[in-house]
Amino acid sequence: MAIWGLWVINKAGGLVYQRNLGDGLPHLTSNEYLVLAGTLHGIHAITARLSPTGTSSGANVISGETFKLTILLTATGTKFVLLTSLAENTADTVLSKVYEAYSDAVMKNPFHTPEMPIRTEGFDSRITAIMSG
Amino acid sequence: MHAAPHPRFSVLSASAAQSSEHLSPAASSTRFSLPSAPSINTTAPASKPAPPRQTIYDRPLNKTRAAEVSASAFAFLFSEMVQYTQKRVNGINDLERRLNTLGYRVGMRVLELMSWRNEAAAKAPKREIRFLPALMSIHTQVWRAVFGKPADAIEKSVENADEYMIIDNDPPITRNISVPRDMSQLSCSSFTAGIVEAVLDGLGFPARVTAHNTPTDQLPNRTTILIKLEKSVIDREEALKT
Repeated sequence: MAIWGLWVINKAGGLVYQRNLGDGLPHLTSNEYLVLAGTLHGIHAITARLSPTGTSSGANVISGETFKLTILLTATGTKFVLLTSLAENTADTVLSKVYEAYSDAVMKNPFHTPEMPIRTEGFDSRITAIMSG
Repeated sequence: MHAAPHPRFSVLSASAAQSSEHLSPAASSTRFSLPSAPSINTTAPASKPAPPRQTIYDRPLNKTRAAEVSASAFAFLFSEMVQYTQKRVNGINDLERRLNTLGYRVGMRVLELMSWRNEAAAKAPKREIRFLPALMSIHTQVWRAVFGKPADAIEKSVENADEYMIIDNDPPITRNISVPRDMSQLSCSSFTAGIVEAVLDGLGFPARVTAHNTPTDQLPNRTTILIKLEKSVIDREEALKT
Protein backbone atom coordinates (compact mmCIF):
# COMPACT_ATOMS: atom_id res chain seq x y z
CA MET A 1 0.00 0.00 0.00
CA ALA A 2 1.53 3.24 -1.08
CA ILE A 3 0.66 6.62 -2.53
CA TRP A 4 3.10 7.73 -5.20
CA GLY A 5 1.85 10.86 -6.86
CA LEU A 6 -0.80 13.57 -7.04
CA TRP A 7 -1.88 15.62 -10.03
CA VAL A 8 -4.40 18.42 -10.25
CA ILE A 9 -5.77 19.04 -13.75
CA ASN A 10 -7.76 22.20 -14.48
CA LYS A 11 -10.95 22.20 -16.49
CA ALA A 12 -9.09 22.92 -19.73
CA GLY A 13 -6.84 19.89 -19.33
CA GLY A 14 -3.77 21.73 -18.09
CA LEU A 15 -1.68 20.29 -15.29
CA VAL A 16 -1.71 22.90 -12.52
CA TYR A 17 -0.15 20.84 -9.74
CA GLN A 18 2.02 17.76 -9.76
CA ARG A 19 3.84 16.21 -6.87
CA ASN A 20 5.69 12.94 -6.43
CA LEU A 21 5.47 11.37 -3.01
CA GLY A 22 8.23 8.98 -2.09
CA ASP A 23 10.65 7.54 -4.64
CA GLY A 24 8.37 5.00 -6.29
CA LEU A 25 7.84 6.85 -9.58
CA PRO A 26 10.30 7.10 -12.46
CA HIS A 27 11.51 10.60 -13.16
CA LEU A 28 9.69 12.32 -16.03
CA THR A 29 10.24 15.82 -17.36
CA SER A 30 7.59 18.45 -16.70
CA ASN A 31 6.77 18.44 -20.39
CA GLU A 32 6.01 14.70 -20.27
CA TYR A 33 3.74 15.29 -17.28
CA LEU A 34 1.88 18.00 -19.19
CA VAL A 35 1.33 15.63 -22.12
CA LEU A 36 0.17 12.83 -19.79
CA ALA A 37 -2.28 15.13 -18.04
CA GLY A 38 -3.65 16.44 -21.32
CA THR A 39 -4.08 12.90 -22.64
CA LEU A 40 -5.81 11.76 -19.46
CA HIS A 41 -8.12 14.76 -19.74
CA GLY A 42 -9.09 13.66 -23.26
CA ILE A 43 -9.57 10.02 -22.31
CA HIS A 44 -11.68 11.05 -19.35
CA ALA A 45 -13.89 13.19 -21.56
CA ILE A 46 -14.46 10.21 -23.87
CA THR A 47 -15.21 7.76 -21.05
CA ALA A 48 -17.83 10.17 -19.76
CA ARG A 49 -19.75 9.66 -23.03
CA LEU A 50 -19.48 5.87 -23.16
CA SER A 51 -22.05 5.15 -20.48
CA PRO A 52 -24.84 2.89 -21.77
CA THR A 53 -27.26 4.10 -19.10
CA GLY A 54 -27.58 7.86 -19.08
CA THR A 55 -25.01 10.40 -17.98
CA SER A 56 -21.75 9.40 -16.38
CA SER A 57 -18.97 11.19 -14.57
CA GLY A 58 -16.38 9.27 -16.57
CA ALA A 59 -13.59 6.99 -15.47
CA ASN A 60 -13.00 6.72 -11.74
CA VAL A 61 -10.14 4.27 -11.70
CA ILE A 62 -7.67 3.29 -14.39
CA SER A 63 -5.46 0.42 -13.28
CA GLY A 64 -2.40 -1.33 -14.62
CA GLU A 65 -0.56 -4.40 -13.43
CA THR A 66 1.45 -2.58 -10.83
CA PHE A 67 -0.41 0.63 -10.06
CA LYS A 68 -3.69 2.46 -10.47
CA LEU A 69 -4.88 6.00 -11.15
CA THR A 70 -7.84 7.16 -9.09
CA ILE A 71 -9.64 10.17 -10.53
CA LEU A 72 -11.92 12.58 -8.66
CA LEU A 73 -13.91 14.91 -10.91
CA THR A 74 -15.35 17.96 -9.14
CA ALA A 75 -18.47 19.89 -10.06
CA THR A 76 -16.35 22.65 -11.60
CA GLY A 77 -14.42 20.30 -13.90
CA THR A 78 -11.19 20.25 -11.92
CA LYS A 79 -9.74 16.74 -11.69
CA PHE A 80 -7.66 15.31 -8.87
CA VAL A 81 -5.64 12.25 -9.80
CA LEU A 82 -3.86 9.99 -7.34
CA LEU A 83 -1.27 7.42 -8.36
CA THR A 84 -1.22 4.54 -5.91
CA SER A 85 -0.43 0.87 -5.55
CA LEU A 86 -3.20 -1.58 -6.48
CA ALA A 87 -3.81 -2.54 -2.86
CA GLU A 88 -4.29 1.07 -1.70
CA ASN A 89 -7.90 1.35 -0.55
CA THR A 90 -7.86 4.85 0.92
CA ALA A 91 -7.44 6.64 -2.43
CA ASP A 92 -11.00 8.01 -2.45
CA THR A 93 -10.78 9.41 1.08
CA VAL A 94 -7.37 10.91 0.40
CA LEU A 95 -8.70 12.58 -2.76
CA SER A 96 -11.65 14.06 -0.86
CA LYS A 97 -9.24 15.49 1.68
CA VAL A 98 -7.08 16.90 -1.12
CA TYR A 99 -10.21 18.51 -2.60
CA GLU A 100 -10.97 20.08 0.78
CA ALA A 101 -7.41 21.39 1.09
CA TYR A 102 -7.65 22.77 -2.46
CA SER A 103 -10.91 24.58 -1.65
CA ASP A 104 -9.41 26.11 1.50
CA ALA A 105 -5.80 26.85 0.69
CA VAL A 106 -6.04 27.57 -3.02
CA MET A 107 -9.48 28.95 -3.83
CA LYS A 108 -9.65 31.22 -0.76
CA ASN A 109 -6.19 32.59 -1.37
CA PRO A 110 -6.33 36.03 -2.98
CA PHE A 111 -2.89 35.52 -4.53
CA HIS A 112 -3.91 32.50 -6.59
CA THR A 113 -5.17 32.97 -10.14
CA PRO A 114 -7.84 30.39 -11.06
CA GLU A 115 -6.84 27.83 -13.70
CA MET A 116 -3.17 28.74 -13.28
CA PRO A 117 -0.43 26.56 -11.75
CA ILE A 118 -0.72 26.31 -7.98
CA ARG A 119 2.18 27.95 -6.19
CA THR A 120 0.72 28.21 -2.74
CA GLU A 121 2.72 27.27 0.31
CA GLY A 122 -0.40 26.61 2.33
CA PHE A 123 -1.53 23.95 -0.17
CA ASP A 124 1.87 22.24 -0.13
CA SER A 125 1.87 21.97 3.64
CA ARG A 126 -1.74 20.74 3.72
CA ILE A 127 -0.86 18.01 1.18
CA THR A 128 2.18 17.01 3.20
CA ALA A 129 -0.03 16.75 6.29
CA ILE A 130 -2.63 14.62 4.46
CA MET A 131 -0.06 12.25 2.98
CA SER A 132 1.74 11.69 6.25
CA GLY A 133 -1.55 10.53 7.71
CA MET B 1 -21.26 70.53 -4.58
CA HIS B 2 -20.55 68.49 -1.55
CA ALA B 3 -17.29 68.40 0.30
CA ALA B 4 -14.99 65.51 -0.54
CA PRO B 5 -15.40 62.76 2.04
CA HIS B 6 -12.70 62.35 4.62
CA PRO B 7 -10.18 59.86 3.20
CA ARG B 8 -10.84 57.53 6.13
CA PHE B 9 -14.45 57.15 5.22
CA SER B 10 -14.07 56.56 1.55
CA VAL B 11 -12.12 53.87 -0.22
CA LEU B 12 -13.39 55.22 -3.50
CA SER B 13 -11.26 57.62 -5.42
CA ALA B 14 -12.55 61.15 -6.01
CA SER B 15 -13.82 60.29 -9.45
CA ALA B 16 -15.55 57.20 -8.17
CA ALA B 17 -17.17 59.18 -5.36
CA GLN B 18 -18.95 61.34 -7.89
CA SER B 19 -20.68 58.34 -9.32
CA SER B 20 -21.44 56.92 -5.91
CA GLU B 21 -25.14 57.57 -6.32
CA HIS B 22 -25.18 54.35 -8.33
CA LEU B 23 -24.28 52.52 -5.16
CA SER B 24 -26.65 54.22 -2.77
CA PRO B 25 -29.53 52.05 -1.63
CA ALA B 26 -32.10 54.74 -2.34
CA ALA B 27 -31.20 54.92 -6.00
CA SER B 28 -30.86 51.21 -6.48
CA SER B 29 -33.93 50.01 -4.63
CA THR B 30 -35.55 49.01 -7.89
CA ARG B 31 -32.40 47.40 -9.16
CA PHE B 32 -33.31 43.90 -8.11
CA SER B 33 -36.96 43.98 -8.98
CA LEU B 34 -38.16 42.78 -12.34
CA PRO B 35 -37.78 45.32 -15.11
CA SER B 36 -41.16 46.91 -15.70
CA ALA B 37 -42.41 45.97 -19.13
CA PRO B 38 -43.41 48.87 -21.35
CA SER B 39 -47.00 49.54 -20.54
CA ILE B 40 -49.50 48.94 -23.30
CA ASN B 41 -51.94 51.34 -21.73
CA THR B 42 -49.95 54.52 -22.15
CA THR B 43 -52.31 56.62 -20.09
CA ALA B 44 -51.43 54.86 -16.81
CA PRO B 45 -48.16 55.81 -15.17
CA ALA B 46 -45.63 53.03 -15.69
CA SER B 47 -43.95 53.09 -12.30
CA LYS B 48 -45.52 52.37 -8.95
CA PRO B 49 -43.76 53.40 -5.75
CA ALA B 50 -41.88 50.35 -4.47
CA PRO B 51 -42.99 49.07 -1.04
CA PRO B 52 -40.53 50.07 1.71
CA ARG B 53 -37.86 47.41 1.93
CA GLN B 54 -36.78 45.89 5.22
CA THR B 55 -33.12 46.88 5.53
CA ILE B 56 -30.42 45.64 7.84
CA TYR B 57 -30.90 48.82 9.87
CA ASP B 58 -34.51 47.95 10.66
CA ARG B 59 -33.66 44.68 12.36
CA PRO B 60 -33.45 44.52 16.15
CA LEU B 61 -29.79 44.86 17.17
CA ASN B 62 -29.82 42.14 19.79
CA LYS B 63 -31.42 39.55 17.59
CA THR B 64 -28.16 38.88 15.77
CA ARG B 65 -26.03 39.07 18.87
CA ALA B 66 -25.05 35.40 18.87
CA ALA B 67 -25.37 35.02 15.10
CA GLU B 68 -22.37 33.65 13.29
CA VAL B 69 -21.17 34.09 9.73
CA SER B 70 -19.82 31.22 7.69
CA ALA B 71 -16.04 31.37 7.86
CA SER B 72 -15.81 30.07 4.30
CA ALA B 73 -18.15 32.73 2.97
CA PHE B 74 -16.13 35.38 4.75
CA ALA B 75 -12.85 33.90 3.47
CA PHE B 76 -14.09 34.25 -0.11
CA LEU B 77 -15.30 37.80 0.55
CA PHE B 78 -12.02 38.78 2.14
CA SER B 79 -10.09 37.18 -0.71
CA GLU B 80 -12.05 39.29 -3.17
CA MET B 81 -11.43 42.40 -1.06
CA VAL B 82 -7.68 41.78 -1.17
CA GLN B 83 -7.75 41.12 -4.92
CA TYR B 84 -9.89 44.21 -5.56
CA THR B 85 -7.57 46.35 -3.49
CA GLN B 86 -4.45 44.86 -5.03
CA LYS B 87 -5.56 45.86 -8.51
CA ARG B 88 -5.78 49.48 -7.47
CA VAL B 89 -2.59 50.12 -5.55
CA ASN B 90 1.11 50.64 -6.16
CA GLY B 91 3.19 48.66 -3.72
CA ILE B 92 2.70 46.81 -0.50
CA ASN B 93 2.52 49.86 1.77
CA ASP B 94 -0.36 51.24 -0.25
CA LEU B 95 -2.13 47.86 -0.14
CA GLU B 96 -1.76 47.65 3.63
CA ARG B 97 -3.01 51.21 4.03
CA ARG B 98 -6.12 50.48 1.95
CA LEU B 99 -6.85 47.29 3.90
CA ASN B 100 -6.40 49.31 7.07
CA THR B 101 -8.98 51.83 5.77
CA LEU B 102 -11.45 49.05 5.01
CA GLY B 103 -10.95 47.65 8.51
CA TYR B 104 -11.39 51.12 10.00
CA ARG B 105 -14.88 51.28 8.54
CA VAL B 106 -15.68 47.96 10.17
CA GLY B 107 -14.12 48.99 13.49
CA MET B 108 -16.26 52.12 13.81
CA ARG B 109 -19.38 50.00 13.57
CA VAL B 110 -18.03 47.27 15.84
CA LEU B 111 -17.37 49.78 18.62
CA GLU B 112 -20.81 51.34 18.30
CA LEU B 113 -22.55 47.98 18.25
CA MET B 114 -20.51 46.61 21.13
CA SER B 115 -21.10 49.58 23.39
CA TRP B 116 -24.78 49.44 22.56
CA ARG B 117 -25.05 45.76 23.31
CA ASN B 118 -22.91 45.73 26.42
CA GLU B 119 -23.91 48.98 28.06
CA ALA B 120 -27.48 49.67 26.92
CA ALA B 121 -28.99 47.47 29.60
CA ALA B 122 -26.51 48.45 32.32
CA LYS B 123 -27.71 50.65 35.19
CA ALA B 124 -24.47 52.62 35.10
CA PRO B 125 -23.18 52.54 31.55
CA LYS B 126 -19.45 53.06 31.40
CA ARG B 127 -16.72 53.43 28.89
CA GLU B 128 -13.01 52.82 29.24
CA ILE B 129 -11.06 55.99 29.95
CA ARG B 130 -7.73 54.41 30.81
CA PHE B 131 -5.63 52.79 28.15
CA LEU B 132 -4.85 49.40 29.67
CA PRO B 133 -8.46 48.41 30.40
CA ALA B 134 -9.34 49.61 26.90
CA LEU B 135 -6.61 47.44 25.44
CA MET B 136 -7.82 44.48 27.51
CA SER B 137 -11.36 44.92 26.22
CA ILE B 138 -10.09 45.00 22.63
CA HIS B 139 -8.07 41.85 23.24
CA THR B 140 -11.04 40.04 24.73
CA GLN B 141 -14.35 41.59 23.71
CA VAL B 142 -13.64 43.05 20.29
CA TRP B 143 -11.80 39.90 19.25
CA ARG B 144 -14.64 37.75 20.53
CA ALA B 145 -17.24 39.84 18.72
CA VAL B 146 -15.31 39.86 15.45
CA PHE B 147 -13.43 36.56 15.40
CA GLY B 148 -15.31 34.47 17.97
CA LYS B 149 -12.27 34.00 20.23
CA PRO B 150 -10.05 36.24 22.32
CA ALA B 151 -6.59 37.21 21.04
CA ASP B 152 -3.65 35.24 22.40
CA ALA B 153 -1.49 37.83 24.13
CA ILE B 154 -0.87 41.47 24.90
CA GLU B 155 2.67 42.76 25.11
CA LYS B 156 4.24 46.09 25.90
CA SER B 157 7.26 47.18 23.91
CA VAL B 158 10.49 47.17 25.89
CA GLU B 159 12.12 49.83 23.75
CA ASN B 160 9.28 52.31 23.23
CA ALA B 161 6.92 53.34 26.00
CA ASP B 162 4.19 54.26 23.52
CA GLU B 163 4.04 50.88 21.78
CA TYR B 164 1.78 47.98 22.64
CA MET B 165 1.15 44.72 20.81
CA ILE B 166 -1.82 42.39 20.45
CA ILE B 167 -0.78 38.94 19.31
CA ASP B 168 -2.95 36.42 17.50
CA ASN B 169 -1.40 33.00 16.96
CA ASP B 170 -3.67 32.08 14.06
CA PRO B 171 -5.85 34.95 12.77
CA PRO B 172 -9.00 33.42 11.25
CA ILE B 173 -9.15 35.90 8.36
CA THR B 174 -5.70 35.06 7.03
CA ARG B 175 -5.79 31.33 7.75
CA ASN B 176 -6.19 30.42 4.08
CA ILE B 177 -3.93 33.09 2.66
CA SER B 178 -0.43 32.27 1.47
CA VAL B 179 1.45 35.43 0.64
CA PRO B 180 3.86 34.99 -2.30
CA ARG B 181 7.56 35.27 -1.51
CA ASP B 182 8.08 38.52 -3.37
CA MET B 183 5.54 40.23 -1.09
CA SER B 184 6.66 38.51 2.09
CA GLN B 185 6.39 41.58 4.31
CA LEU B 186 2.71 42.01 3.45
CA SER B 187 0.31 41.20 6.27
CA CYS B 188 -3.34 40.94 5.30
CA SER B 189 -4.11 41.45 9.00
CA SER B 190 -3.77 45.15 8.21
CA PHE B 191 -7.55 44.84 8.00
CA THR B 192 -7.59 43.81 11.67
CA ALA B 193 -5.19 46.67 12.45
CA GLY B 194 -7.74 49.03 10.92
CA ILE B 195 -10.46 47.62 13.18
CA VAL B 196 -8.26 48.14 16.24
CA GLU B 197 -7.34 51.66 15.11
CA ALA B 198 -11.00 52.60 14.73
CA VAL B 199 -11.96 51.22 18.13
CA LEU B 200 -9.06 53.05 19.80
CA ASP B 201 -9.93 56.26 17.94
CA GLY B 202 -13.55 55.90 18.97
CA LEU B 203 -12.58 55.44 22.61
CA GLY B 204 -10.36 58.54 22.45
CA PHE B 205 -6.95 56.90 22.18
CA PRO B 206 -5.70 58.02 18.77
CA ALA B 207 -2.96 55.69 17.59
CA ARG B 208 -1.24 54.37 14.51
CA VAL B 209 -1.90 50.63 14.20
CA THR B 210 -0.05 48.27 11.87
CA ALA B 211 0.12 44.51 11.38
CA HIS B 212 3.25 42.40 11.13
CA ASN B 213 3.99 38.75 10.48
CA THR B 214 5.88 37.25 13.38
CA PRO B 215 5.88 33.53 12.61
CA THR B 216 7.40 30.92 14.88
CA ASP B 217 8.14 27.28 14.03
CA GLN B 218 4.99 26.03 15.71
CA LEU B 219 2.81 28.98 14.68
CA PRO B 220 3.49 29.93 11.05
CA ASN B 221 0.51 32.32 10.94
CA ARG B 222 1.33 34.24 14.13
CA THR B 223 0.58 37.93 13.67
CA THR B 224 1.37 40.96 15.79
CA ILE B 225 -0.85 44.02 15.78
CA LEU B 226 1.40 46.94 16.72
CA ILE B 227 -0.20 49.96 18.39
CA LYS B 228 1.79 53.18 18.46
CA LEU B 229 -0.06 55.67 20.64
CA GLU B 230 -0.07 59.38 19.99
CA LYS B 231 1.84 61.49 22.45
CA SER B 232 -1.33 63.14 23.73
CA VAL B 233 -2.56 59.77 24.98
CA ILE B 234 0.67 59.08 26.87
CA ASP B 235 0.55 62.56 28.41
CA ARG B 236 -3.02 62.08 29.53
CA GLU B 237 -2.27 58.68 31.01
CA GLU B 238 0.55 60.31 33.01
CA ALA B 239 -1.77 63.07 34.19
CA LEU B 240 -4.46 60.60 35.25
CA LYS B 241 -1.95 58.53 37.18
CA THR B 242 -1.39 61.13 39.88
